[in-house]
Amino acid sequence: MFNDLILTLQDANTQWVLFGTILLGVASGVLGSFALLRKQSLIGDAMAHAALPGICLAFLLYGTKSIGWFLVGAALSGLLATYFIQVIINHSRIKEDTAIGLVLSVFFGFGIVLLTKIAQSENGNQSGLDDFIFGQAASLVGNDVRVISGVAVVLLIVTWLLFKELKLFTFDRQFAQGIGLPTGLLNGLLMALIVSAVVIGLQAVGVILMAAMLITPAISARYWTDRLDRMVIVAGTIGALSGMLGTLLSSMANRLPTGPVIVLSATVIFLISLIFAPNRGLVSKGLKLYRIRKIVARETVLQTMYDLSEEASITNKKLLFSKEELLTRRKMAVRKLDSNLKRLEKEGYVQRKEDLWYLTESGGYEAHEIVLNNRLFEIYTMYEMKFASLQFATNDVWDYKHIGSSTLHELEQLMAVHERTPKLEPKYFGEGETLRKKKSSQRAEKRKKEVKSL
Amino acid sequence: MNPIQVSNLTVAYDRKPVLQEVTFQMPEGKLIGVVGPNGAGKSTLIKAILGLVPKASGSVEIYGKSYRTQRKLVGYVPQRGSVDWDFPTNALDVVLMGRYGHVGWFRRPGKKDTAIAMQALDKVGMKEYADRQISQLSGGQQQRVFLARALAQDATVYFMDEPFVGVDAATEKAIISLLNELKAQGKTVLVVHHDLQTVKEYFDWTLLLNKQKIALGPTEEVFTVENLQKTYGGRLAFLDSQVSPSYVVQP
Repeated sequence: MFNDLILTLQDANTQWVLFGTILLGVASGVLGSFALLRKQSLIGDAMAHAALPGICLAFLLYGTKSIGWFLVGAALSGLLATYFIQVIINHSRIKEDTAIGLVLSVFFGFGIVLLTKIAQSENGNQSGLDDFIFGQAASLVGNDVRVISGVAVVLLIVTWLLFKELKLFTFDRQFAQGIGLPTGLLNGLLMALIVSAVVIGLQAVGVILMAAMLITPAISARYWTDRLDRMVIVAGTIGALSGMLGTLLSSMANRLPTGPVIVLSATVIFLISLIFAPNRGLVSKGLKLYRIRKIVARETVLQTMYDLSEEASITNKKLLFSKEELLTRRKMAVRKLDSNLKRLEKEGYVQRKEDLWYLTESGGYEAHEIVLNNRLFEIYTMYEMKFASLQFATNDVWDYKHIGSSTLHELEQLMAVHERTPKLEPKYFGEGETLRKKKSSQRAEKRKKEVKSL
Repeated sequence: MNPIQVSNLTVAYDRKPVLQEVTFQMPEGKLIGVVGPNGAGKSTLIKAILGLVPKASGSVEIYGKSYRTQRKLVGYVPQRGSVDWDFPTNALDVVLMGRYGHVGWFRRPGKKDTAIAMQALDKVGMKEYADRQISQLSGGQQQRVFLARALAQDATVYFMDEPFVGVDAATEKAIISLLNELKAQGKTVLVVHHDLQTVKEYFDWTLLLNKQKIALGPTEEVFTVENLQKTYGGRLAFLDSQVSPSYVVQP
């Protein structure tokens, strides 16, 4: 295997082809990013399929294989297809997806008819023309690679020069037009760039799968970053990597079609991105969700204990609660409650007395903090307008300790007005259950007074 | 010279005109509300002034010259729903787009532009959110970012398309105080607005529009029952003959 690789790499022709497919991968990744963000991935697919009759016609007219004429033919029939799609959308009730499906299959069908015709003819030059269906990087000759690399480099330079304009145009066309960018021209230019990226890939990747070369690196890159410039770079790199892998694997495996191998390589990279990318990847999302659920469950148990204690402190009841009481107050899975109580017990925040549970002093402090924080947030949402300066979105973490003292004071006053101030000071939890029992009546009186004064 | 002068403006998407022979002049340094029923052509008016939709006839002048030559004097806040907020970019980057018209082709925005953009973000109370991916902003915050982008354009005349739609109360309050600040600097701000209850409170001048100009003038003069009935047809029933606190819009 490894020796095969070395041998393949030593071959001058393979090196040359590799160079071409890598550049091709970069260009299609970069322009694919724009196609993806403009929601034009399908247009790319249509253009690739529609290129086939153009290539065949170019061959019939010119009489021999020539990359230059193939590119011209492919681009023309690709553009003609896009034009038809636009006409259908504008002049009928047919929607874009249907129009694309319609035009794509008609053009591709016509291309296959022409291809069969050429294969049946006596012309000895036609061999290798069917490489255009699934792609065959190994069939690229020096001149092909020169043209492909040349076009790819031009595409990259144009994109780099106009990056700012293309970005604004892709994000907000109206605003771009408002500040005077020629949006019609930019639209045409971007379309031409995407067509060119598709066309130069046809021989190596094939008309059927070229769209994947446009879409897969771009969508994989989207998982790794939230900035367009980085996305474009990552997409280019992934495109290059897939091009390289595809070419090497296909030339080692005895002229396996390159297109499917390139696309499979790109798809493997996509799957890795989908699963392992930071923030957007499935693993990262799952972990985040798990962590949040864990925190919320713990807070819920503490908060419930506090709420019940707060109520019990006004009456003469003991601050001891059964699991059933906790569950009626706030519903949660019994197993979840058990595991959380066990964890809190280990942390020293709750203790058990036979079947009943109570907050320890440190647990009282912890629960008081949580309750205070949540109730302040409650008040904030009630008076959002009044506290405009705080500007909290739901995805920010609310922590009352980050609020300025005067605002916090206002919030606390409002909290008192709505009788939501946590009424049980954490220190009471420390005095122990027996002490409370002894002085319970006296304490209850005192508590009632305290509550009233709040 | 008038900041906005619109003469005989007609816009038609198909055969039916959306705006018909609209003519008006806006005074300088005022907050102007554009009010009218759905489909009255409020957004189209702004788009036609900015050249985003083709005019069937008529002309638009910004400080006496065509919009084309006066672009740098104009700031624009499109409707928030007109873009894909999942676009890979952050708040600061969107605001920087307001500088593109000044930066020019091929060049990248420099340190000065970044400073201006940060200042604009600060003005809308979003400085801390500069690095935040835009899809992670709330609706109100997204609107503020759009507003900051218009501020970064450093314009004299502003056009805002429904900036109060779908924003929280806090943002509405922040936007209105910002509009007043712009006014205090002598800038002219034209706002497409849908909430009749706040017209009197927010705007110095009001343009009542329903395909045609119904009325234009200081709000207390033109925001009357007769004018509103002309604008909305029979669709408005007034609980109160004084056009102030409360009325009901019936479908």
